[in-house]
Amino acid sequence: MTALLALRLRRARTRLLPPSLVPPSSVQAAARAFGAEWTKVRTLPGTGWLLAAVVALTVAVGSAAASAVSCQAAGCGQDPARTILSGIDLSQAVVAILAVRTISGEYSTGMIRVTLTAMPRRITVLTAKAAVLTGLVLAVGAASVLAAVLAGRLILPSHGFIPVHGYPALSLANGADLRAAAGSVLYLALIGLLALGTATAVRDSAASIGVVLGLLYLFPVIASALSPHWARHLQQIGPMSAGLDIQATTGLRSLPLSPWAGLGVLAAWAAAALLSGGLMLWWRDA
Amino acid sequence: MITSPPAQRGATPARPGGFDQVLRAEWVKFRTVRGWVIGMIVAVLAIVVLGLGPSLQGSCGKNGPASECSGPVGPGGEPVTDSFYFVHRPLAGNGSITIRLTSLTGQIPAAGAGMRSGLVPWAKAGIIIQAGTRPGSAYAAMMVTGRHGVRMQYDYTGDVPGLAGSVSAASPRWLRLTRSGDTLTGYDSADGRHWAKVGTAILAGLSPTVPGGLFATSPQYWQTALALNSVSGGPSRATGVFDHLSLQGAWLGGGWAGRAIGAAGGPAAGSPGGFQQAAGRFTVSGTGDISPSVSGPAGGGATIAQTLIGVFAGLIVVAVVGAMFMTAEYRRGLIRVTLAATPRRGRVLAAKAVVIGAVTFAAGLVAAAIVVTLGPRVLRDNGVYVWPVTPLTEVRVIAGTAAVLAAAAVIALAIGAVLRRSAAAVATVIVVIVLPYLLTVAVPILPVGATDWLARVTPAAAFAVQQTLIQYPQVSNVYAPSAGYYPLAPWAGFAVLCGWAAVALGVAAYLLRRRDA
Repeated sequence: MTALLALRLRRARTRLLPPSLVPPSSVQAAARAFGAEWTKVRTLPGTGWLLAAVVALTVAVGSAAASAVSCQAAGCGQDPARTILSGIDLSQAVVAILAVRTISGEYSTGMIRVTLTAMPRRITVLTAKAAVLTGLVLAVGAASVLAAVLAGRLILPSHGFIPVHGYPALSLANGADLRAAAGSVLYLALIGLLALGTATAVRDSAASIGVVLGLLYLFPVIASALSPHWARHLQQIGPMSAGLDIQATTGLRSLPLSPWAGLGVLAAWAAAALLSGGLMLWWRDA
Repeated sequence: MITSPPAQRGATPARPGGFDQVLRAEWVKFRTVRGWVIGMIVAVLAIVVLGLGPSLQGSCGKNGPASECSGPVGPGGEPVTDSFYFVHRPLAGNGSITIRLTSLTGQIPAAGAGMRSGLVPWAKAGIIIQAGTRPGSAYAAMMVTGRHGVRMQYDYTGDVPGLAGSVSAASPRWLRLTRSGDTLTGYDSADGRHWAKVGTAILAGLSPTVPGGLFATSPQYWQTALALNSVSGGPSRATGVFDHLSLQGAWLGGGWAGRAIGAAGGPAAGSPGGFQQAAGRFTVSGTGDISPSVSGPAGGGATIAQTLIGVFAGLIVVAVVGAMFMTAEYRRGLIRVTLAATPRRGRVLAAKAVVIGAVTFAAGLVAAAIVVTLGPRVLRDNGVYVWPVTPLTEVRVIAGTAAVLAAAAVIALAIGAVLRRSAAAVATVIVVIVLPYLLTVAVPILPVGATDWLARVTPAAAFAVQQTLIQYPQVSNVYAPSAGYYPLAPWAGFAVLCGWAAVALGVAAYLLRRRDA
């Protein structure tokens, strides 16, 4: 009864309001939130530089690593796909910066209050931010990885990665290479979501980036000082060490986790970060 | 946040606008922001907890006294390898031994199983006079090596080159070792007539009667496999053929006795060697090495740097605080107040650098001192062999670690002033310091040449201050950062980081002066 009354009241009010103030349906609200977030990201100073840095660092570091390794004979046990994609180790930090400033910038300037006044459904705001960020990172990640693979096709054959040594040219038609390339793009997108969730919970940009990069880099560093048994466990739960297993194309049996399981660990980290960020956003005063 | 200090009477009055006053203002800013103080405490706790927490496990001393991992220690206090085949008789006073070596051959592990003929570069055969037959005794020796010509070596770390080239029946090597009191002098010759002095060693407190004679030994053979950073190998053996033995001085009679020194429990399983004597010809074969011990494929154990792994967690926290110490001024517009109070902008930056550097250094000093003092004890209790270090080295590691943290905080501050964005500043510091360490030391996915280069030019070169292992040219080993050997000397590596800090501060000072706040 009360529900029916509320609906009638709402309809009656809607008829009286001018069209611009009609409360939007949830689809419209989501579309508007998405549009607003896209405008914010697009117009923030520095976004273009950061995106360019992702591509440049991925290709430059990968090419440098590929130029440093060589394979003199068959069975040299190296992983050319992982080598050429090792720039992701560095460019993920730029993706993390990109993700952190989409939310912590709002807190530092007080913009968050305007945002939440305009769009009181806080989870919608976070979803919109996540969607815009994911789209952006997927696009720039795909461009970086494609450029790196192209660089690999040019560099690797002259360093002994030739069919005679058991290394056909890198190709996205090859299942393992495709998994490494597409997985690296997904990896960057998940790193973005992990950073976004963390920054939503932590709010301050310096502390957020510290937490995110600590989560990424500290697991493998600390694992190096432990005995092999514990090191392997740490590599299985670390978001970076587990997630980057997706880049492996050789020696899959010696990996701490299978490639997709590794990416799944990172996805779990990202989901946990987004969940805690979402809960904090919903719960706390802005 | 900024408070003008109360006017002080009697005490040294702060000159208005003087550096001491700016310094004081910045210190007040730092200590009144609760988050930054907590950050420093978190950094200390992270270093201590990760340093003393669950870590390496070993089997040393866990299975009774026989499983203790303490090896022999040389006269200089350093751990040594002292394992060779010794053909000896006593020398009761001054005297000399002269011999001709006509052949040095060896056996190294074959690709599959068994041995094939071959000689490792530091296979050794020659003459030696020792303070005793206990492993780790002082000694001086003249020897022919596999690929490094004639050498005079003494007390494990001393190494003087003599005649170059390898030995054969057509090109033999004559060696002579003379004892006079505590002084041993080595000579070599290609023909037995023209002698050249190679070197002199003083073995302090040498007892009157010492064992001397012929020896042969051959260190572990290893090769870096084609696969990255994997090393394979095994014990090798060297055989030297001697003749024209002549003894002068107080050698006692009783003939020659053969004995494998330090063979028990050594890596060289199987026969420890032996000797044959026929018609003035001695054939001596042995395995092992007389040299300082090294980590890596030729040895194991942990270094005290491994207890300091928490420094990376501390470094991230310190970078966050260092960057915020600058960027927080921009966020709330406080920078305008600060610069109105101190129009000389370089001074503000200098004061901030001094405050954050000093605070971080103090925090790092406390944390590193705790870990370096207690960490090795925890490791030993876990049954891990820890490479011994001198107290002076411990002090260097503690102070160096604190200085690395301080320099990182100053770099974060400077990049914060340049970029005015906390996220980018913190990420830059972490990426330039932690990532190179990750790629060179923790997870070396690059070949040794590339990691060496990274450990020379990137700010991660500074972790050389934590190295406690010494590279010996007379011991072949993979001297890579991942094994604890940095390409730069400890303070040279730190100087690289300081160079980066100076560049960052210079750019920050320039931009702070040129730009609008």
